Order: sequence, then C-alpha cells, then structure tokens
Amino acid sequence: MKILGSEITPYRTYLNRRKFIKGSLASAALATVASSVFANHDSDLSIYNKNLNENDKLNSYEEITTYNNFYEFGTHKKHPHLNSGNFKPRPWTIKIDGLVKKPQTFDLEKILSNVTIEDRVYRLRCVEAWSMVIPWQGFQLSELIKMAEPLSSAKYVQFVTVFRPEEMPGQQKRTIIWPYREGLRMDEAMNPLTILATGLYGHEMPNQNGAPIRLVVPWKYGFKSIKSIVEIRFLDTQPETSWETLAPWEYGFYANVNPNVNHPRWSQGTERRIGEFKRRETLMFNGYEEEVAHLYKDLDLNKFY
Amino acid sequence: MFSTRNFNRSKPILFILILFPSLLWAYQFVTGDLGVNPIEKLMDELGLMALKLIIITLMITTLSNIKPLKSIVVLRRMIGLFAFYYVCLHFSTYIVLDHFLDMQFIIQDIIKRPFITFGFISFLFLIPLASTSTNNMIKRLGFKLWKKIHYLIYPVAILASMHFYVLVRADKTEPVIYMGIIILLLFHRIFKRLTRPQLAQSRGSFPYRQD
Repeated sequence: MKILGSEITPYRTYLNRRKFIKGSLASAALATVASSVFANHDSDLSIYNKNLNENDKLNSYEEITTYNNFYEFGTHKKHPHLNSGNFKPRPWTIKIDGLVKKPQTFDLEKILSNVTIEDRVYRLRCVEAWSMVIPWQGFQLSELIKMAEPLSSAKYVQFVTVFRPEEMPGQQKRTIIWPYREGLRMDEAMNPLTILATGLYGHEMPNQNGAPIRLVVPWKYGFKSIKSIVEIRFLDTQPETSWETLAPWEYGFYANVNPNVNHPRWSQGTERRIGEFKRRETLMFNGYEEEVAHLYKDLDLNKFY
Repeated sequence: MFSTRNFNRSKPILFILILFPSLLWAYQFVTGDLGVNPIEKLMDELGLMALKLIIITLMITTLSNIKPLKSIVVLRRMIGLFAFYYVCLHFSTYIVLDHFLDMQFIIQDIIKRPFITFGFISFLFLIPLASTSTNNMIKRLGFKLWKKIHYLIYPVAILASMHFYVLVRADKTEPVIYMGIIILLLFHRIFKRLTRPQLAQSRGSFPYRQD
C-alpha cells in the first residue's frame, strides 16, 4: 500500500506547504486555503516517486488531465479536458442522508477542516483496459463516514454526482441516466485504501478529473471512482449503479479488477499503461490483493463481477 | 460538366486527398501528436476512415443512377481500393501495435469477441473485392459474375458498421447514423430492382469506360 506516513498533514498546512514548497517562508502558516495551489507540480516529483512500486512510473500531469472518461463533459477522452472550463466546483456542499443518525448537508470546507489530507499514489485501471499511475491527495472515506454517523443497519453507501447540464454539456444528452450513481459495500467503503480525493500532483482537483471531490477505489475499475460527488446515501440494500443499470451483462456492482473475468467484448487479461508501448499483464485487484482480497473470500468473483 | 473525362481528371486530386490522412496520422504517431493513447487513436481513426470510404462507394453507385451523374462511377474503384488500404492499416495496427504479434491472443480475440469477429469477416470479404478490381479481372470473370462477387460490399458495410456499433460504450449516435445510411442505400437498391428489373441488367454502374 502506498500511503505516505511522512506526508500526513492537516489540509491547511498541506496546501500551505505545497504553495511555498520552495520558499520555506515562516509566514506561510497563515496563507489562504482553496486559492492558488498551483505550485509547479513537476518541481518535487521525489515526494511521489519514493512511493512508487518498482514496476510503476508516474503518469504525467498532462496525461492524467487530458485523457479522461467523464461522460458529463462528453464521451471522447479529450472532451472532459476541452469542455469542463465552465464548471464551478466552489462553493460545494455534500448532502448526507439515508440510514444516518441525522441527515445533514456539509460544506466542503467544513469537511476538509476535519480530515487529514494525505498523498496516495495509486494505479488506476479503466474497464477499457488502459491504466495510469496517479499521485492523488485526499483523505480516507472512513473519516467522512464517521462524521456522517451511519446507523448499524447501513450496509451500503451510494454516491451521486452533481447534475448541472448548463455547466456539464454531456448531461444535455441522455447517454447515461443522469445523475451518475455509484455504490460500495460498507466494508469496501471503510477500507483504508478507499479515499475521497481533492487534488492530484499537488493541484486542487482539475474539473476534468472530478472537481472538487471524487472517490478513488484503486482495486476496482475506474468507473466505480465517481466524480464531483454531491450526495452520499447510506442504505441497507445494494444500490443501483449507473453502468450496471445501462448494461448489467457487461458491468457489475463489484467491478473488481480481475484479469480472469473478461468483459464480454474484450479481454481484461492485459492493459495498456498510458505512455507505454507494450501491453502489461493486469494484476488481480489491480495489485492490491494483499489489502482487499479478504473482503471477497466468500464471493464468487465470476458471478459477482 | 459531369463527364467521364472530368471525373477522371479529378482522380489525382482525390487520390492525394484520401491518402493524406494516413500520412498525417503516421507522422503524428511518430512525433507523439496523437494524444496520450496514440495506438488506440490511430486504430480508431483508420477504422473510421475505412468505414466512411466504404459508405462513399455505396453512395457512388446510387448517385450514378441519376442521369447527369452517371459517370461518377469511374471514381468508385479508386475509393473502394482506398477503403481496403485503410482497413489493412487498421487491421495491422491492431495486430502489430496493439497486440505486438501475439497471434495466440489475437486468434482467440477474433473468435471470442463478436465485435472483432464482425470486423475480421468484413476484412476477409474485402479481399476478393480488391483482388478482382482490375479491368482484366472484370473481363476474365465477365461482368455478371464480377457483379455478383461485388455484392459482397453489402455484408462488408453492414458488418463494418456493426463492428463500430458494438465497440461504442454509451453514445451510439455516430454508428447509428452510418448504419442508417447503409440501410437506406440498400433499400433503395432493392426497391429499384423490384420495380425496374431491366435497369439492373443495364450497364448503369459498369465500373469503367468501354470503347
């Protein structure tokens, strides 16, 4: 697991350090949040590189932000980058409802002041058989779940993406049933690998990558990692998810990365790592077998794909 | 204006116009200007170009039924051969760049995945079309038999558009438009045959000038 213990810092301090990473100014302590985090993201790659597996190499900021599946901004890979300029990720609130002690709406800033932002370098494996290595900044979903105080009857967590067709041109067409929905079993949601990401490469989350806050579940296909989340619902039954609703024979609720269970239209045995020429073997649970395999020991992965 | 001679004269320009995209993409592939997943991009562009050219050849036949445009049919062979050229590039990108000549995997892929099967059969059907395209072959086979062989363009077009349709994950608008055009052209031809059978025997779409 690639978590940077040394990098665990409160959010404010984190942003400040990114901003003044080269300046070492004492006055940095009082700098503002949420503005200009645009430090040179290439200047301090060593922070991330020491968290890499020996077989992995970080993808570039350009690769990560110009090749995206985010149908809210269009179905081509370059559309999110080209069409997300009018999206306004601030101010932002997240509604918490369903089986919780008290349904409420949190201001994003309030959530961020209560959590610990960390660096997490994760492989991302798309169901379309390509992959990247991305240095995220975010916090464990479990921290937010604790704030939400779910009832013991809550067995699943559902996530909902924002619906703003005027800012997200892809939503003007019914390619998927909007808003986009995803879900996790409670134990998956509580797993330490599961994070809500708010940035990448030390930048605030770019619009095309799911600003201002998105899920990252590194052992599942990318479509599980829902973007621009506005609602989190706690349920006692398995929630409907967007791709499963659209084509249940192709996309399951679990969507664990599994080289042995093929997509009906293509093999999942190999993948193209963006930036590499030859295909790579796909790893079980995207290489996070040690951390998550126990969650599925009683599950038939061929049936529950 | 629309004389055989003028259509023949436009051929060199058309040749360059249709060849150009393949050269551009090859150049962009080498210089790294095809985005961050260049192999996928190259394969998609080549395949789409081939499908468009196949549809254009069908359109040419239909257009040649309109009297003043009768001679447009002299362009059909060149465009058809270019369609084959783009299909070959598309297929070899898949084999060489995408799967690095892993033949065991590729054969499995062709058998097991319907959309690849469609594409592959479409490619196979194009081979007899391309190889019987010379004037000499038309003479040797006779126009009637040659024409029968070239009916293969219908399964080619339908399979190619299905290949594209199945590949797309959610927004099927573009492949549906292509399928629609193909079906329309096909219906037009069936209709023509049923209503005016003598026309089908005419030399309306004979592929080159006989003097």
